[in-house]
Amino acid sequence: MVAFIKEQFTQAGKFSFFIARFFRELVTPVFQFNEFVRQCYTIGYKSIPLVSITGFIMGLVLTIQSRPTMTKFGAESWLPSMVSLSLIREIAPVITALICAGKIASAIGAEIGSMKVTSQLDAMEVSAINPFKYLVVTRILATSLMVPLLVIIADLVGIYGGYIGYNVHSSISLMRYFSDVVEHLDFIDLLPATIKTFFFGFFIGVIGCYKGFNASGGTASVGQAANSAVVTASLSIFILDMLAVQITDLFF
Amino acid sequence: MQEQPIINIKKLTKSFGKNNVLRGIDLTVNKGNNLVILGRSGSGKSVTIKCVVGLLKVDKGIIDVFGTDVTKLNYKELNKIRLRIGFLFQNGALYDSMSVRDNLAFTLKHHTKDLPKEEVEKQIIEALENVGLEEAIDKMPSQLSGGMIKRIGLARTLIIKPEIILYDEPTAGLDTITGKEISELILSVQEKYKTTSIVITHDIICAKMTANRIIIIKDGLIHVQGSFEELKNSSDEWVRSFFEYE
Repeated sequence: MVAFIKEQFTQAGKFSFFIARFFRELVTPVFQFNEFVRQCYTIGYKSIPLVSITGFIMGLVLTIQSRPTMTKFGAESWLPSMVSLSLIREIAPVITALICAGKIASAIGAEIGSMKVTSQLDAMEVSAINPFKYLVVTRILATSLMVPLLVIIADLVGIYGGYIGYNVHSSISLMRYFSDVVEHLDFIDLLPATIKTFFFGFFIGVIGCYKGFNASGGTASVGQAANSAVVTASLSIFILDMLAVQITDLFF
Repeated sequence: MQEQPIINIKKLTKSFGKNNVLRGIDLTVNKGNNLVILGRSGSGKSVTIKCVVGLLKVDKGIIDVFGTDVTKLNYKELNKIRLRIGFLFQNGALYDSMSVRDNLAFTLKHHTKDLPKEEVEKQIIEALENVGLEEAIDKMPSQLSGGMIKRIGLARTLIIKPEIILYDEPTAGLDTITGKEISELILSVQEKYKTTSIVITHDIICAKMTANRIIIIKDGLIHVQGSFEELKNSSDEWVRSFFEYE
């Protein structure tokens, strides 16, 4: 038991040092701009189809599922604003972040992990190229920037999915639906939800890189790194979300 | 002519937990020479060269490279020394997400940002010509054989024009003929670029072909050193056992 607790503290310490090193390397030149752009393309652009499909289904299903209850209370006209608020404040950020944890954190963990166990990180090191700066800093920055953009895409597509879902049993124009949505949206609905997605992205990147960078002991550890990255990143998203909701509730 | 030492290691010790791998290694490599290190698996041969290039932190001792103790350098200073040292990994360690061209261009572009594209391409071709693999320029590492990976690894090492090359088991996992070709390549590189080398190997044919001098590590210390013929005819049975299948 003592050994287990000691190990957890050791891991927490190592993780904290890893994050501290990220910020230190971030502010010291040279910045690997080309690699950063390449990562934005891989992490952001290539995730758009997956995030869009998920967002569309979320909006559609949420509308169809909520309609009977809303109708029962005579509040069917509130359906567009209820669905869009749910999507923007909670569902789209969390589901998109979970998708990114599955797709991106695992990919980063596996990529860096396999580079570690096949000495590619050492090869960079002996070529006087800082692998932390080249691989870790660029990926964490890319996830921090791309996840919020993916969430915005999921929001928009999800609202459109809600529109399609609404029109299954009723008839409303797209213009009317969107004006209904916008009318009930406040800045305060958007701001905390957007801010928390930066943290989601940051932790997806950090956890993926940390797990990959600390892979050791052969090819089996690559799978472990990828798996552990997904599990830890997903769990951290829920914890961050809980904290974000508490803080938002406190201040707004 | 007096020989000029390029690498000078004194009382090098390195442990991993309770395992004392190196317990006070002393060795010198003179300019333009090839030193071959032999020893049983786990005797600390690779650890020694990883300490030289700063991949592993030493516990105690001095590693003097180009007149500078690399154990005392900070990261930036160490990187300056690293640019003068090439390291060929046992598995080649090619970046598997990049083509052969990008593998070679990566280091070059990183350190010489102002180099025109044509010059980068010219240097890549030259490095590939040195290892006889110009036709592999657009291939991915997954499309290469074990021998080709080692050659491309060497080409990537050569592109920064190192003065020292450290070879970690360059012929491991290769058939005898390909192993001989790699050994010949080590010699031709040394002849062409006047490099100084340390070759870690279990391959006696490679040792015979490439060594100016051989040392054998046992129990974390240098057990014996000399020329190939001297060690082959050593009075020590354990030393002779390395050369039995020559």
